[in-house]
Amino acid sequence: MAGDRAASTDPDALSWYEATARQRVVALADPGSFREVLPPTERRMSPHLPLFDLPRAFDDGIVVGRATLDGSPILIAAQEGRFMGGAFGEVHGAKLVGLLRAALELKPKAVLILFDTGGVRLQEANAGETAIAETMRAIVDVRAAGIPVVGLIGGRAGCYGGGGLIAGTCSRLAVSEGGRISVSGPEVIETNKGAEEFDSRDRALVWRTMGGKHRRLTGGADAFCADTVSAFRHAALDLIDQAPSFDLETLEAEQARLESRIARFGDCRDATDLWRRLGVNDPETVPAMDTDAFAATVARIREADHDAR
Amino acid sequence: MTLAEILGSLFPDGHSVTVQDGLVAGSGPFAGGNLAIVGIDGDTPLGVDGALTLARSVLDTVRAGGRTPILVMVDSDSQRMSRRDELLGLNECLAHLAKALLLADRSGHPTIGLIYGHSAAGAFIATALATRILAALPGADPSVMDLPSVARVTKLPLDRLKEMAKSTPVFAPGLDNMVATGAVHVVLDPQKPLNGQIGNLIAELDSGDVRDRLGAERGGRPVARAIAEAVVDQARGG
Repeated sequence: MAGDRAASTDPDALSWYEATARQRVVALADPGSFREVLPPTERRMSPHLPLFDLPRAFDDGIVVGRATLDGSPILIAAQEGRFMGGAFGEVHGAKLVGLLRAALELKPKAVLILFDTGGVRLQEANAGETAIAETMRAIVDVRAAGIPVVGLIGGRAGCYGGGGLIAGTCSRLAVSEGGRISVSGPEVIETNKGAEEFDSRDRALVWRTMGGKHRRLTGGADAFCADTVSAFRHAALDLIDQAPSFDLETLEAEQARLESRIARFGDCRDATDLWRRLGVNDPETVPAMDTDAFAATVARIREADHDAR
Repeated sequence: MTLAEILGSLFPDGHSVTVQDGLVAGSGPFAGGNLAIVGIDGDTPLGVDGALTLARSVLDTVRAGGRTPILVMVDSDSQRMSRRDELLGLNECLAHLAKALLLADRSGHPTIGLIYGHSAAGAFIATALATRILAALPGADPSVMDLPSVARVTKLPLDRLKEMAKSTPVFAPGLDNMVATGAVHVVLDPQKPLNGQIGNLIAELDSGDVRDRLGAERGGRPVARAIAEAVVDQARGG
């Protein structure tokens, strides 16, 4: 089985960005512990894609199931960015919603969501959009039950559209350099507002504005990982133990945190200006920093670490 | 109906609701107590600033305690598409607004969405779709993306998409399709007073999220509910 081959891959060497969703899950969890729910053999495929003459996937682009992490039971979902950009269709979304509802009953140590998505699958737009809303409600229910929901973001599709809103609902987020979190994608902004507003071909601009380093520096994410499965595993274990509660106090703190961000940085044109004002000494060097140098920079930024999420 | 007409029908004895920069806030007497109003009017795009203003109103209502219901009025554009909004973390701000509404509902403040105009994409998720029950007025126009944009992305001719839209509610914009998928629970009657209709919705709130059941019953989301239930069953089992 493909899953067994992936399990033999060294998590220290396996690139998160390059790995498939199933490889990420198998290598992230304790060896041999992953049990997939609605596996591809059940062929729960999209009922809608044939209308568009589009190929289907036996898992509709998402892997969900149970596993253990450092011996503790977890539930885990991983989007496959290579299938239709990891987008939310009816089946895809319902698998994630079902997993979160199962968490209320099974009370795992945590739920992990491995995002890799462009947002809503337009061929199933209404079902995808509604599933995103259901997912956010379910995450809140799970968090309120005291179960951390941790998002891991470092795939090739990034975390866009409704995926960005779901990420913002999680207890904690880990990102890598390749992880991008945003609502409107670069092409969407350019198509609607013009290249003067956002030149989607300017990849450096995309990384500065939406990339993992920017999100980590501003407190949009709680951990920054090297691009390996083992780095994400360590980050997940750390973050599970530091999950903020879901209550009025947390949301009041988040309100203050976000209001303060807009008051302080609302006139910044570029991420580089914002990083300078945050207290980064040489903001132009941030994109080229390696993981250790970047960690040292983050450690000096007060806004990066908080429980206001 | 316009916002003013809706407010007149909800609050025949007057109210304190104001609109500033397209953002709606205030309250009025309702069923022996109050009904808190937040919302977005005039096809306004929802950016970081607006999302935090609305979230502030919602959290204020929660902090004040009681069980004041919150009505979320929606006639918006999509999320504001700009470099500044994304730089400042629009995903966090929209998610924060949704979380504030979900917290309110969990804290005993029933949340009801009322879409009376347009809404789309991230703005729709953060407002109307984050309420416990979403009502609509005839003429409302919720969408994920307009058909010409869908045509561009899917590389299908617009005429063919329009033809497919007639028989396939799962992708086409519009109120009827959002009703079919279960996202919109009910369409209200503009000829009857809205205070009674909203009051009935609050009195008959379902517990839990019923949208996938509605989508299955109405045929707009034929498999979502069964898939979610199968995941729960299998996760419990093996």
